[in-house]
Amino acid sequence: MSSNVSDLLQDIEEKEANAYKEVEVHKDIELNYDLGHLLASDTNPLNLKELRSNTNSFLQKLTRDNCQLVVNKLYALQSKVIDGFQVAQLPAPITLLPRSKPVPKPKPPTKWELFAKEKGIQKKKKEKLVWDDVAKEWKPRYGFKRINSERDDWLIEVPDNNTDPNVDLFAKKVEEKKERIAKNELQRLRNIARAQKLKIPGTGGVLPKLSDTKEELAKVVSLAKSSTASLGKFEETMKDEKPVKRTKKRKYGDNFGDVKAETEKSLEILDHIQNKNPKIDIDKAVNSLISTEEKE
Amino acid sequence: MQSIPALKKPKTRKGKKILEKRGGQLVEDDKRAMFMKGSTVNQTMVDFMKDIALLKKPLSSMLNQKNESKPFENADPIEHVAQKGDFSLFMFGSNSKKRPNNLVIGRLFDNRILDMFEFGVSNYKALRDFKAASILKGCKPILLFSGEPFETEFEYQRLKNLLIDFFSGPKTNAIRLTGLEHVISIVAAEGKIYFRSYRVLLKKTGAKLPRVELQEMGPFFDLTLRRHKLASDSLMKSASKQPKQLKPRKVKNIQKSALGTTFGRVHMQRQDYSELQVRKLKGLKKSKSEKREAESDEKPAKKVRFSIKPNP
Repeated sequence: MSSNVSDLLQDIEEKEANAYKEVEVHKDIELNYDLGHLLASDTNPLNLKELRSNTNSFLQKLTRDNCQLVVNKLYALQSKVIDGFQVAQLPAPITLLPRSKPVPKPKPPTKWELFAKEKGIQKKKKEKLVWDDVAKEWKPRYGFKRINSERDDWLIEVPDNNTDPNVDLFAKKVEEKKERIAKNELQRLRNIARAQKLKIPGTGGVLPKLSDTKEELAKVVSLAKSSTASLGKFEETMKDEKPVKRTKKRKYGDNFGDVKAETEKSLEILDHIQNKNPKIDIDKAVNSLISTEEKE
Repeated sequence: MQSIPALKKPKTRKGKKILEKRGGQLVEDDKRAMFMKGSTVNQTMVDFMKDIALLKKPLSSMLNQKNESKPFENADPIEHVAQKGDFSLFMFGSNSKKRPNNLVIGRLFDNRILDMFEFGVSNYKALRDFKAASILKGCKPILLFSGEPFETEFEYQRLKNLLIDFFSGPKTNAIRLTGLEHVISIVAAEGKIYFRSYRVLLKKTGAKLPRVELQEMGPFFDLTLRRHKLASDSLMKSASKQPKQLKPRKVKNIQKSALGTTFGRVHMQRQDYSELQVRKLKGLKKSKSEKREAESDEKPAKKVRFSIKPNP
């Protein structure tokens, strides 16, 4: 009986040893593994003679050996059973691969976001549905079939006696909404322009604001005036209106003119160049002197 | 001038999501490859690229039109198409008297060519010439590199990086062990690069580990390096930059030795030696009077805070 058991054990041991022989591969230099990519690099020198004579069989043998080594490594990793399958947890890859796009930069803050941060205003979550007391049902705050929709208005009261009763209040409401949309779009573009540090063309650096300074208003007036077909030639000046300073247009001299005046002018320029002395910024010079003395 | 991405507002939510993706993501999707035919392409190169596209399947697309482009002379068409389809890897096949069976493999960073390599293809044996069963779609292959040049030569190191990028398949942090189906072996020797792809068969042994058997699956081909365009070191560095948010945070007071043992450091307050229990000696024993004193010290009168209401 006892001999039977020992035989059995020996049998098992032999089998295991044989199995181990089947999966064992010897390499002089160990492979470099990067299991995150399922990758291995073999640095052992190749048998070039064999490679030349029977390429495919040599490559298959080499691949089999290396693949066996990688599989052995993968089986040694920590694994879990998921849906009845053994799943190995791969380590993070070592080889750094370039990204396809740069790392996204944080969005530049809008003017409102800057203001809110300064004032400590925090975003509040608003509920999507609002109770409509007239219709006695829940309605979305924004979008289709929303509360206070202009679709629901079949009648608009004339606000007071001062307003003209012939004005179409429905059209006015639509117009106001369009204005608001346009304003929002403009603000969006201005935010982008600020983030990109761009000047907006065609505006002369003036954009509508809630509060304009006197100078800015004057600039706007002059811009508006010069925006006619005749570039503001026939516009009347208002009372107390001051002309806005503009950059002078460069005037070119005649191509054929006084030779004497031309030589004089050229000589003047030459003189100016020759007598040019380097300018000394006294404050800067003194500061640098002081700093060098302090260092010493 | 640099284009301003946010200027044109997307009209639909779907469009917005697509534009956001194209602008760059923190965790990127797997790179997709496009396979482009040059105007002078021959049937061998078409078949060749179709095979590779098949291997890379969900992450590849074979472009139908031929393209009048020469990547090394003018890369604009490739960059344009890649930007349109959001591809970051490309393969370009052509054929000419000067460069027969010409193959260009490259990748893009930020819609600009990062690096590319040109090869001549020889000894091509197609996928359909082998009888092995096909592998699962989107299966991650085992990649094996051998040969001295991949370790010693700079161009080959970059090439290795590109080939890993091209062939390594979808990113994953876990793998089904019985699902190891495909192995790609790339061997560089004597100025040639041998590409071999096999199907893996895991045979049961008595032990826990299986024995690997290979079955030729194809495609098989040999490459000879022609021209190449490498990214400058600074560009490569900026392209490989990992976002700060994804870098692993430093764990304080825990270290690992080379052998894999974890060491922890614990900071303690200074020990109170007066309470230390040392060897008992008769001489150190407290006398009765001392004991009494110690007891009275131990229990000081409980402090009670109170205030007295002043009489009105």
